[in-house]
Amino acid sequence: MKFLEKNLVALDVAATSAEDAIRAAGQLLVEEKLVEAHYPDAMVDSYKTNGPYFVLAPQIALPHARPEDGVNEASVSFVRLREPVVFGNPANDPVTLVFALGASSSDEHLQIIQKLMKLLGDSANVEALKTVSNYEEINLLIGGN
Amino acid sequence: MKILCVCGLGQGTSLILRMNVETVLRELGISADVENTDVSTASSMAPDYIVTSNELAQTLEGTASKVIIVNNYFDMNEIKTALQNNLS
Repeated sequence: MKFLEKNLVALDVAATSAEDAIRAAGQLLVEEKLVEAHYPDAMVDSYKTNGPYFVLAPQIALPHARPEDGVNEASVSFVRLREPVVFGNPANDPVTLVFALGASSSDEHLQIIQKLMKLLGDSANVEALKTVSNYEEINLLIGGN
Repeated sequence: MKILCVCGLGQGTSLILRMNVETVLRELGISADVENTDVSTASSMAPDYIVTSNELAQTLEGTASKVIIVNNYFDMNEIKTALQNNLS
């Protein structure tokens, strides 16, 4: 399981569309070989097919696809967008914080979802993620890797 | 009582919703069978209630289950209010 490790985090990434933002977060997983190169395509396909339901809280998107779309290991990356992007979810737009989930079918899937919920279930953490200036501050929020 | 938490793929988003729904139900002292799945199989599982986002609720129009909408999956108060207002 790889959860918001240093190479899986990018702050203030430029994206002009939801698809850009999804691909930016997905690419971090690809580069670490946690998912196959086509996984971001599957994430974008899901967005186009099912809509922006994965914008699951104000400013927070959790794009993902299925385990069989090329997930090698349960993983979560994080991209903070330089400018907020509209995903088409009226209740929670615009999106600033994008967490790409490499959804695995292993037991680690549940564990990694619980880690994510622990982080994002605390609104103080969410506020902090909007303003942190480097990885070390994020590492403190998640309790170290 | 059977409650189904529904998202597009049945992988991540609905699992988060399910865990938070289970937490709220425990607080309310309500016992229910809670599962999560994707939007294409939800109706065929014929739950008493479906909890999902506004986007997917539109897709589920016509289902026999009562649909409960939650916008912020991390807002325990919103989930609690939505369940209290809709569960009977």
